[in-house]
Amino acid sequence: MARVIIDGNEAAASASYRLNELCSIYPITPSSTMAELADEWSARGRKNVYGSIPTVIEMQSEGGAAGALHGALQGGALSTTFTASQGLLLMIPNMYKIAGELTSMVLNVAARSLAAQGLSIYGDHQDVMAVRQTGFAMLNSSSVQEAHDMAAIAQLATLRSRVPFVHFFDGFRTSHEENSCELLTDEQLLAFVPEDLVRAHRRRALSPEHPYIRGTAQNPDTYFQGREAANPFYEAVPGIVSAAMDQFAALAGRHYNLVDYYGAPDAERVIVIMGSGAHTVRSTVEHLVGKGEKVGVVQIRLYRPFPTEEVLAAIPATAKAVAVLDRTKEPGAGGEPLFLDLAAALGEAHAAGRRDHLPHLSGGRYGLSSKEFTPAMVVGIYDELALPSPRPRFTIGINDDVTMLSLPYDPSIDLEDPSTLRAVFYGLGSDGTVGANKNSVKILGGIEGTYAQGYYVYDSKKSGSRTVSHLRFGPKPIEAPYLVSQAGFIGCHHWSILERVDVLEFAAPGTVLLINAPFGPDEVFAQLPVPMQAKIIALGIELWTIDANLVARKAGMGRRTNTVLQTCFFAISKVMPRAEAIEAVKATIRKTYARKGADVVAKNEAAVDASVDSLFRVEVPAAPVGEHQMIPPVPSSAPEFVRNVTGSMLAGTGDSLPVSALPVDGTYPSGTTRYEKRNISDVIAQWDPEACIQCGNCAFVCPHAVLRAKYYNSSALDGAPEGFESAPLNAAGFPGSRYTLQVYAEDCTGCGLCTEACPVKPLGATSNRRAINLAPVLERDKEIANVAFFEKIPVNRRSRIDFANVRGTQFLEPLFEFSGACSGCGETPYLKLLTQLFGGRATVANATGCSSIYGGNLPTTPWSSNKYGRGPAWSNSLFEDNAEFGLGLRLAADLHTATARKRLEELRDELGDETVDAILDAPQQYESELSQQRARVDALKSRLDGMTGAKVEDLRSVADHLLRRSVWIVGGDGWAYDIGSAGVDHVLASGRNVNILVLDTEVYSNTGGQASKSTPLGAVAKFAAGGKVTTKKDMALQATAYGNVYVARVAMGADPQQTLKAFREAEAYDGPSLILAYSHCIAHGIDMRKGLDQQYAAVASGHWPLMRYNPVLRAAGRNPFLLDSPRPRLPLRDYHAKELRFRMLMNSDPEAAERLLELGQEQVTRRWAEYEEMATRGAERFAEVARS
Amino acid sequence: MDTTTSYLGLTLRHPLVASAGPLSQSVDQVKALADTGLGAVVLYSLFAEQVQRQAERDLALEEDYAESFAEATSYFPSMDELANPAAGYLSLIERSAKAVDVPVIASLNASALGSWTSFAQQLVDAGASALECNIYLVPGDLSMTGAEVEAQHLEIVAAVKQAVDVPVAVKLSPYFSSPGNFALQVIEAGADGLVLFNRFLQPGVDVEQLAVVSGVHLSSPADARVPRTWIAALRRQTKASLAASSGVESSADAIAHLLAGADVVMTTSALVRHGAGYAAKLIAGMDDWAQSKGYTSVDEFRGLLAVPSDADPLGYHRSGYMAALEKAKSMYGSLRH
Repeated sequence: MARVIIDGNEAAASASYRLNELCSIYPITPSSTMAELADEWSARGRKNVYGSIPTVIEMQSEGGAAGALHGALQGGALSTTFTASQGLLLMIPNMYKIAGELTSMVLNVAARSLAAQGLSIYGDHQDVMAVRQTGFAMLNSSSVQEAHDMAAIAQLATLRSRVPFVHFFDGFRTSHEENSCELLTDEQLLAFVPEDLVRAHRRRALSPEHPYIRGTAQNPDTYFQGREAANPFYEAVPGIVSAAMDQFAALAGRHYNLVDYYGAPDAERVIVIMGSGAHTVRSTVEHLVGKGEKVGVVQIRLYRPFPTEEVLAAIPATAKAVAVLDRTKEPGAGGEPLFLDLAAALGEAHAAGRRDHLPHLSGGRYGLSSKEFTPAMVVGIYDELALPSPRPRFTIGINDDVTMLSLPYDPSIDLEDPSTLRAVFYGLGSDGTVGANKNSVKILGGIEGTYAQGYYVYDSKKSGSRTVSHLRFGPKPIEAPYLVSQAGFIGCHHWSILERVDVLEFAAPGTVLLINAPFGPDEVFAQLPVPMQAKIIALGIELWTIDANLVARKAGMGRRTNTVLQTCFFAISKVMPRAEAIEAVKATIRKTYARKGADVVAKNEAAVDASVDSLFRVEVPAAPVGEHQMIPPVPSSAPEFVRNVTGSMLAGTGDSLPVSALPVDGTYPSGTTRYEKRNISDVIAQWDPEACIQCGNCAFVCPHAVLRAKYYNSSALDGAPEGFESAPLNAAGFPGSRYTLQVYAEDCTGCGLCTEACPVKPLGATSNRRAINLAPVLERDKEIANVAFFEKIPVNRRSRIDFANVRGTQFLEPLFEFSGACSGCGETPYLKLLTQLFGGRATVANATGCSSIYGGNLPTTPWSSNKYGRGPAWSNSLFEDNAEFGLGLRLAADLHTATARKRLEELRDELGDETVDAILDAPQQYESELSQQRARVDALKSRLDGMTGAKVEDLRSVADHLLRRSVWIVGGDGWAYDIGSAGVDHVLASGRNVNILVLDTEVYSNTGGQASKSTPLGAVAKFAAGGKVTTKKDMALQATAYGNVYVARVAMGADPQQTLKAFREAEAYDGPSLILAYSHCIAHGIDMRKGLDQQYAAVASGHWPLMRYNPVLRAAGRNPFLLDSPRPRLPLRDYHAKELRFRMLMNSDPEAAERLLELGQEQVTRRWAEYEEMATRGAERFAEVARS
Repeated sequence: MDTTTSYLGLTLRHPLVASAGPLSQSVDQVKALADTGLGAVVLYSLFAEQVQRQAERDLALEEDYAESFAEATSYFPSMDELANPAAGYLSLIERSAKAVDVPVIASLNASALGSWTSFAQQLVDAGASALECNIYLVPGDLSMTGAEVEAQHLEIVAAVKQAVDVPVAVKLSPYFSSPGNFALQVIEAGADGLVLFNRFLQPGVDVEQLAVVSGVHLSSPADARVPRTWIAALRRQTKASLAASSGVESSADAIAHLLAGADVVMTTSALVRHGAGYAAKLIAGMDDWAQSKGYTSVDEFRGLLAVPSDADPLGYHRSGYMAALEKAKSMYGSLRH
């Protein structure tokens, strides 16, 4: 048995993969890793314990995965899947079937919250509690080790009992925690789950050799009895699981029970719990019992079938008060499920006279969405149970000031073993802190007699994101499934973090603090925020500093400060002898980077040596010096909600927000990114007014909407701050007008797409210089003053702007701004354009994915509004249903428009023919027409204000719908090509006026790069680790087959003008429209700065031919199929060569790479010929549109 | 006619060989070259540092966005242990060697000594019949002395020879103070043969764009003179193989190299200009010529015009130089008046 450091996902997958023949998978956080590992192992030819390589198949949704699973099981294959949250919900129909047919399988779940008032990717038991009724047995793990062990135990139990199992563990807390784990060998697993059980499973398969029928339709006469017929199988499950656990103990030496009790045998106060929280309660109980308290904890491992007798036996007869903790929420229920199960068990036993004493029962909720659950909270619960009348229902870990359900507790209680070294590291995503810490955990956890744990907290941004690593090392196994609260070591790996959050939140007296600072050891203290200085002095903190950026840069490692800071940690944390530690770091470097070549290894090793030399202990003075204060998260001018609620989330103190601070229904103000000035880049765009030709290309492609253009009368420059840039407007007919392209310096991410898009190369300039360039931020204050002045200049009137060309669009106000998307994101420029063109009257349905995360993840969101308070109304329903959701919004709008028109007619006498006819007959295709209609509707509303009556009220409630509403259905390819494909198809077939925008990154970007049906042939992606062997689905061609769907394939980087045209035509078309927008992505493995070049290459190689299919042309008797890009002139090989997703296959399987490349090239050539033929057909060869 | 040729100890069916160049990037291309009747194919050069730099960049592309976001702690499958940044090239060797019946020679360019040996071993393991070391130290380092440049070459040759058990050829640049003497030193250091010469990629200037442009250009017959001269001079001084590279546009150019004493004649530019099939024409032209002269084997005329081993080298070259000057005077002299 090998002891390794892995996370819970790998622990579970390791057992499950080796005990199955088929994995039917679909990505969903936090379970994706299990499926990814299965795919990788299969791609590498790793065998299961029965000697075959498991088949891994990615499906189009979890519903599909469950369907394939059901089929595979009926076909006799040992099959499994891995999922969470909404994914598990989508499996429910099949789960009933699988259970109803008594089919052996284990479904591994990294348990996660469900989308309710908001989505959450984090852990709780809402998803698994939603399947407790399906007939699956449910076994849970409370640690990384258990995730491995229970996966095996569940497998044996399901094969013996025929009852399918859900094996679940806590999402993130267990799935993503790295901890020591003893892996079972193949031999052990084979001995544990022997082949005769596999064959028995196979014998139950459907076969024409001995046919029978399963899946019949049943009637009132027998359905009921049939449902009861399986009862004996469920009755047998607890015994089978218990026996499997005993057998496991004999095999592996780790003994589990269906229900375990820990604590005083004569406990009076008892907590009942399952999942990782059980460890927290157990360690607290150990502490309290040591102090003589009569407390205990019942840990439930088998939840379904509910082991009533074992539970009753576990609760000491002495128990006076029992708190049952549920990590879930069932609004309106009498109690949460585990509580109700306990209440029924105890009540029945008492009523039947099998239990003399009925303890007081309390039901408590804890830990939703990975909310911390700590020993301090456990103490709080036991304190409550000690009261004469404990609350019957409570919550713990939050401050519920509305329904007053939350229990008080003392957060300063720290019960951790002093022999455990605890460390906390603050980093930025891009600096490699987490990766280095994962290495440290592996280094230290790999030492005989040392145990290690790592858990990592990320913020919600995709660029400039902050990470906090919580590490523990010690001589005893680490069972602490909660964040470090008092750290012996704190590393702050980026100066900007300590200016914004309290990095000493977890400090204790004598903590060693390492900061990465751009200041020398003599200077650094005075540069710290004064409150931080005070804390350092008060706690006697040992302060160390290093300029890691400088060391890394000198060592040729760019911004990657990970090796440098990791070395410093080992050098000063005393976690192991310094010289030994440094050698261990080097050994890891050699191991990690060996394949990457000697140079990489040498650079990293040199960085290690340089780090020690550049590390300094700082003399801490007796009193604070200087006057630096913390930077407030939002400006004081922000609205109250943003200041109090959003600001708190930004400062990392959102946990302390009381219930009353939060909206009751998930409705939040939009456009809050404008208050969060992130300053994430040291280099930002800098405009050269002299060289600029004012073409607008840079503003068009800016993913973060930080380039804003305005033209104005030169008098508007009065009072401009010094250094405010402007140039004469480069347009005929505007003498005396000035033009400014303002860089929003604090929001610019330094992605450089603007520079790449700029067509100007100033004469005599160095080769890379353009009219907009990246330059170091010099004077932030000046930049802030410039932006403030620029904002005072009025936004240009829409009616005076030519929308038809890219140049004009720069003057349209973006209503999607400063998102937390990746720096240089390929998706967001399209969304920004959408809002510039249609934002004031748009409703957006957004599929779950990257766009819903940078678009709707708190604390701040980018969809904003204009000075009239109008802007896109945005919502996210689910991943799978977005097209339908958007159609619903359209239908509602159409209903309201019809109502408004009807009422208008009915009020004709009062309003007058002129008013009514003008509104009803108004054309609303072009911007000028729309602005006139808006004026008419405004006038109508004013008139209605002076009128009364039911019809008037009714009209007033829907009058806004007299202005044509623009409904947009937005999402990525994972949605449009896969999980939402049927919905997209149906909505396109509906003929309704919706605009579907597919931000096509050709991969599931948000969940970490899994293949979709959009992934091109030969690309390596997760779930296509051996390279994708099927071609990308041609959705454009599919949609054109309807004839009445407007279709466009666009790539902003190749032809921005065509993109603009397509957006306008799609929106103007009175029917369904589909725009497929090429979106370069970090998951392509490209230098994001070259994203537009890659878009160009995609088009030039024929991989992404630009086209439009416009049914309006067909109605006018013309060929509706327009091929907008020239014949491919770049070999596909050249396009592929620039992207890691294609190169990876060349590095791992060059023969396959060559073969797939050849096939890809052939396919591109063939498709082009097909397109060309279509583009040159006569109109009569295209279907005529039924309705025009 | 017997065109059998020995090169680096390998027996080739013909002395015309495809030199390292852009026409050997896929197995199909290698096959097309071999199908013309060429004696061997030297694959395009693997630039070790370029491969390593790419690997480094790829690592950055993977790592820069990893561990930054809770939903996606990585964006690519970790297939690391299977991946080798040189895999494409190694596979090309492996598949080419299986696909053609002529020797496939791998060409390597590296700078660090460690890279030379580790990559050389990989190329040989993949099935290369021989190795061509394309030693090309970036010109422009003004601090480096000639002696240092030479010492580095010799060190590389010795190290590579020690690392592999197949024949090793060394492709040299013509820019040594004493190319002939240094060539002999390279042979002394272990080289089984020399390829003369590689050509500096000389950048050009685009006066419209005011930019330096990369200077990849195809060789012309005039470029053949320098290598031919040195082959003629070295032929009788060494038993090592000599390959003439550069300036083969017609079969006559190739024959001239053989007459000077080359064991094999390498060509790429002509094939790039006219297509791989042009090699067959060159071969036919060479064979026709030999037959027209009554030769029955290549060995009969190889080295006929080499500098005799007992010639006074100074005098020989001096006389050639004087003759050239005389010819120049007679050709161009009258134009001055």
